[in-house]
Amino acid sequence: MAQKTYAGITVDVNEEGYFTTPSQWTREIAIEIAKEEGISLTDQHFDVIEFLRNRHNNGDALSIRSINHSGIIDVKTFYQLFPGAPLKKATKIAGIPKPASCV
Amino acid sequence: MEQDNPVKKVNIICAKGAVEDVYATLVMGNGAVMEGITTNLFFTFFGLDAIVKSRMDKLHTAVVGNPALRLPGGMRMPTLLGIIPGMEAFTSRMMKGEMEKLDIPPVSEFLDLITAGGGKIYACKLAMDMFKFKKEDLSEHVSGILTVGEFYEHAGGVGSHIIFT
Repeated sequence: MAQKTYAGITVDVNEEGYFTTPSQWTREIAIEIAKEEGISLTDQHFDVIEFLRNRHNNGDALSIRSINHSGIIDVKTFYQLFPGAPLKKATKIAGIPKPASCV
Repeated sequence: MEQDNPVKKVNIICAKGAVEDVYATLVMGNGAVMEGITTNLFFTFFGLDAIVKSRMDKLHTAVVGNPALRLPGGMRMPTLLGIIPGMEAFTSRMMKGEMEKLDIPPVSEFLDLITAGGGKIYACKLAMDMFKFKKEDLSEHVSGILTVGEFYEHAGGVGSHIIFT
């Protein structure tokens, strides 16, 4: 298993950089990963990250549709906050596994 | 090798209007948008039903002439059962129920998601003329009505692929 150091903390990641131990995640770490992805995190980003982490902790599957129904942001804003591949980027920054969903 | 030549753009053509045909296009298209791939969806012939407002959320799946269709439990659906009035609507409703459980949205909502992420939806001009549809009949998410030539212009570029579902 690979390891990476963010904000002075060493965390376990897979070969694609996704956390394998989500409990090692902190807000400071998120800021560092986001920098790597070219994103500077705002409160709105953190609202989304919190939603993703809660959903993961509850064992619920992640889909682009679940973001739209989250009541936090709509999908258009989600694409703007995490440009490119939003669900992949957001889950990486949130320190949870890459979503296995096709929708 | 895969990293050297990533898929940068997909242009998906949907020419059929059954649930499974339209969803193949929508799932592939939405998946591309989610990966940050430039996405054009082109609906033609019976596929137009997927972007006609009054029809898009009422698509059916064929219960006659569909040898892969099975009854709950796994037995093949006898063709004769398919001709019972209401059977097609019933089967289509069941399929949509199963899709809902997997968080697969209705067609109109799928178009919302795809266009929110920057995906583009187009209608085929020739098929519009043939079926006598007007622009007003189409979903507001449709970006334009294209000729074949215009479709190919939109499809240009390195790493661009055309998929016919």
